[in-house]
Amino acid sequence: MVYARLILMRLFKAVIVLFLIVIFNFLLIQLAPGDPAAILAGQAGAADQEFLNQLRERFGLDQPMYVQLWRYVSGIAMLDFGYSYRLGVPVFDLIMARLPATLLLTGTAFVLSLVLGIVAGSMAAARVKKPSGSLIMALALVFYATPLFWVALMSVVVFSVYLGWLPAYGLYTVGAGHTGFALALDIAKHLVLPATTLALFFMAIYTRMTRTSMLDAAQQDYVKTARAKGLKPSIIQRRHVLRNALLPIITLAGLQAGQMVGGAILTETVFAWPGIGRLMFEALEQRDYNLLLGIFFFSAALVIVFNIITDLVYSLADPRIKKGAA
Amino acid sequence: MNEASTETVLSIRDLNIALPKGADRALAVEDVSYDVKRGEIMCVVGESGSGKSMAANAVMGLLPKGVRATQGEILFEGQNLLAMTEKQHRALRGLKIGMIFQEPMTALNPLMRVGAQIAEVFEAHGQFNAKERQTRALELLIEVGIPQPEKAIRAYPFELSGGQRQRVMIAMALALEPILLIADEPTTALDVTTQAQILELIRDLQQRRGMSVMFITHDFGVVAEIASRVCVMRHGKIVELGDAKSVLQNPQDAYTQALIAAIPSNAVPPHRETSQVAPLLEIKQLNKVFRSRGGWLKPAREVRALEDVSLTLARGETVGIVGESGSGKSTLGRCVVRLEHPDSGELLLDGVNLSQLKGDALRRERHRVQMIFQDPYASLNPRTKVGMAIAQGPIANGTPKAAALKQAGELLDMVGLGASAVERFPHEFSGGQRQRIGIARALALNPELIVADEAVSALDVSIQAQVLELLEELKQRLSLSLLFITHDLRVAAQICDRIVVMQYGRIVEQGSAEQIFLAPKEAYTQDLLKAIPGREAPVAATA
Amino acid sequence: MSFFARFAQNRGALVGLIILLVIIAMAILAPLLFPESPWRMVQRPFLPPLSQDGFPLGTDTMGRNVASGLMHGAWVSLLIGLVSTSVALLIGVPLGAIAGYYGGWIDDLLMRFTEFFQTIPNFALAIVLVAIMQPSISSIVLAIAIVSWPPVARLVRAEFMSLRNREYVEAARLVGQSNTTIILRQILPNTLSPIIVLASLMVATAILLESALSFLGLGDPNVMSWGYMIGAARTVIRQAWWLSFFPGVAILLTVLALNLVGEGLDDALNPKLSRER
Repeated sequence: MVYARLILMRLFKAVIVLFLIVIFNFLLIQLAPGDPAAILAGQAGAADQEFLNQLRERFGLDQPMYVQLWRYVSGIAMLDFGYSYRLGVPVFDLIMARLPATLLLTGTAFVLSLVLGIVAGSMAAARVKKPSGSLIMALALVFYATPLFWVALMSVVVFSVYLGWLPAYGLYTVGAGHTGFALALDIAKHLVLPATTLALFFMAIYTRMTRTSMLDAAQQDYVKTARAKGLKPSIIQRRHVLRNALLPIITLAGLQAGQMVGGAILTETVFAWPGIGRLMFEALEQRDYNLLLGIFFFSAALVIVFNIITDLVYSLADPRIKKGAA
Repeated sequence: MNEASTETVLSIRDLNIALPKGADRALAVEDVSYDVKRGEIMCVVGESGSGKSMAANAVMGLLPKGVRATQGEILFEGQNLLAMTEKQHRALRGLKIGMIFQEPMTALNPLMRVGAQIAEVFEAHGQFNAKERQTRALELLIEVGIPQPEKAIRAYPFELSGGQRQRVMIAMALALEPILLIADEPTTALDVTTQAQILELIRDLQQRRGMSVMFITHDFGVVAEIASRVCVMRHGKIVELGDAKSVLQNPQDAYTQALIAAIPSNAVPPHRETSQVAPLLEIKQLNKVFRSRGGWLKPAREVRALEDVSLTLARGETVGIVGESGSGKSTLGRCVVRLEHPDSGELLLDGVNLSQLKGDALRRERHRVQMIFQDPYASLNPRTKVGMAIAQGPIANGTPKAAALKQAGELLDMVGLGASAVERFPHEFSGGQRQRIGIARALALNPELIVADEAVSALDVSIQAQVLELLEELKQRLSLSLLFITHDLRVAAQICDRIVVMQYGRIVEQGSAEQIFLAPKEAYTQDLLKAIPGREAPVAATA
Repeated sequence: MSFFARFAQNRGALVGLIILLVIIAMAILAPLLFPESPWRMVQRPFLPPLSQDGFPLGTDTMGRNVASGLMHGAWVSLLIGLVSTSVALLIGVPLGAIAGYYGGWIDDLLMRFTEFFQTIPNFALAIVLVAIMQPSISSIVLAIAIVSWPPVARLVRAEFMSLRNREYVEAARLVGQSNTTIILRQILPNTLSPIIVLASLMVATAILLESALSFLGLGDPNVMSWGYMIGAARTVIRQAWWLSFFPGVAILLTVLALNLVGEGLDDALNPKLSRER
């Protein structure tokens, strides 16, 4: 079975990549400035030598390097990412609590950017060398060149401060006590600005890619064949050009997953969106390295999962893979 | 060939087609007029750049962007196609005029099943319902002779061979029984035996349905095979137009005469003395298997490119390796020059075994065997001056730069380009000239053996003849030993002393050129000879 | 047609070039026009733009001159963009060249390595690297280079793979040229155009990355950068939007200009119409 084989292969690769990231993470922790025991002690308020040694023993910091590495790796295999030095809470719990908000934000932004990008890109491809087509591409270029965090700030100024249309911070209105549908609506309102901001940059990428890919597909011999059949241009565009043009976009979408995480960090920071991106910013501000690296590992894992999904989608879309050729 | 009626189906009158600004000439075709009558096969012949396909594209309304008809008319069933709206034109495409193209590998949508692509023709013209369309598609596939049509209808294009895809294209073009079929070099990309089958199929369908065919080709052999009438084009103008028989046997125009003369002759290859000296090259039991590297859990695939190939080549002799794609002929050539590493067997050059050399040891021996490549555009580094391209070899082997460049000038003179070419870049030369540069480069190291891999296949017929002439001349002058690899038996017959026929990585038959042509022993060799287009047709005697 | 004529045919590229020249001039003139450190507090805070001579863009939360910060920031952005791209090229080009030329297990190994870096979310990696190494110009340059070389390696590898079996390369091998000569003299010169185009776009991306790092507080604490200016003004966005607005426009224009120039270079270096065959 081709799919089973594909999934198995990808999972195997994923495990190797994750293992390497764990080792990488461990090395970084060693490089991190400051003595973790001192930081832990600093939290506790006392810093005499005996207490430090106690802490070292308790967290295994007095063990040789390879033992620490083994503990770290086996810990992560059991989903134990250690403790946040500052908050004294397991890193895994912190991340899981924040994960849904991030998935909601990035998922919405992904769908939004993909759909709008493909629509805008096809429109631009159909209007090549016309003013309207050039306008779409100019806009895409501007969105592509604009720093995401700046768009976020400016949209707060315009839509929240100046126009007062949308809330600027948080996931929902604190203290309003909404439940059920009202809560969903409230969250949706809060989602508009962050999701749109995050989507703009990716929409620009998909727009540019779709246009290039469509123009490329339109040059192919099979399009000439389709015209020779007497098919309507609209059918040719949809059935022959667009379908073939979408394949490289699926690949691109997979590659963009990592960028999406980066975008989420900035967007969540500006909008105080309680996801793992915001958590990362907080960890950064407090120099909470264990938490920082835990989030880093987790975001890489998310990207890998997303990559596996895009691989599967690609294999569904391209019969050449389904039948095991090429 | 068949009783062509006098009824005109298509009439092109005083047609001018303008190229976009910046092209190498203003008009792609100029003052072109010809008719296609009911039930005839009209061949439009010309070399690359002759504008032979342009009129056909104008008929279909499929001219490339920026190219348009500026004068004249194209009358089809009494209507001027050039004056039609796109919508009216579209209604004719596929319904009354069908078209097939040169590249069957890319002409089908890779993501759609074959059946669906054929059904689209009916859909485009609003005929039948979905189920009937599939039934019709199956009937068509049967008619064009696809093996296992019930399976093929559900196949994706990548699952079919080139010849099968071209049959699918023909099925699509003929789906609605058009009055006119336009075939734009439909067999150029195919192997010679497949080409013969497709030509047969087109001729067959044309007669059965009584339709008209406008057949565009560069190959007079193909013309001799199927044409009722011929229109010869050059630089966008018609140079000769007439009945196929009379044009082929009694060409009036000097250019047509030259083209027909340039077809590698059908005459029996001349008898050549086979030399009796000790062999220069001895190939013994050569084997090469290509393995597609299997990944995790993915089975590796094997292609046996060479199986126990043995042959010899005497000093001063030219041996032709002939076969279709996949025969292993190119792999053999690449093993001999050691661009590929043979798995087993010996390659004895003057007694020294080259087959297992590696690294520096191999590099030191490389100068002894050189190669002339197929593609004149890819075989020269665009950023390297021609003189340097030739001098690189001697320099890499220790000749001082000045001396090497001087020698490059002499070699360029010898291949007829003049020593001044040294200072110029490859893009300043035409395809034929570049091939001469490639020959000069191969000679620069005074090799004992030269391998020519499809060295004239990418060239127009008239240029092909000149390059072959040059090779023949150099052979005499320098007593070259040549391993000449080609898919074209006609070319091989012209230049080779002996011919080796290959199929599926094995040698099928070998013998003197004369013997292979006059008395082929093996069935496959006979098939190959039979498939040569125009072989049995009467063609003007060549000088 | 000359190189510049082809470049200038793309009007956007010309506009981009002009903007870029203006920004370069800003970077060069900054120490002359504003000899004082951009960190110095020179006026009362929150001075709006155009309200006082010498402070065309007003002052920030600490009373520093925004115009001065903007001009000094240009230098930092361009410097980090150029240096980190150069470092990324130094990693990516040899890696891609070796993988593409030799193929086989070498290619496998190097490409798995490249894929590994491509899988890791690159901005998150940059954050972690800078945070661990402590923010400074060199750690930022290194972090940006480390996250941005994979596309270079992939591009160079693809070019090498398609060129290594070109007939002229095979001819060079046949006459006995060494692998090093073939890589450096036959193949590399023919891959330069796409590398140059990619590099110009990478400078733009690097500037965006740098500004985002500075925005999060990971900038070099000793140099004024656009991202830092926006980040520092983030919390007072309701009172003083202009503090975030102008540096953002500067980033936008720089990145836009570099992208336009990149497109122009692409047109000029890879002319599609005059390409043979």
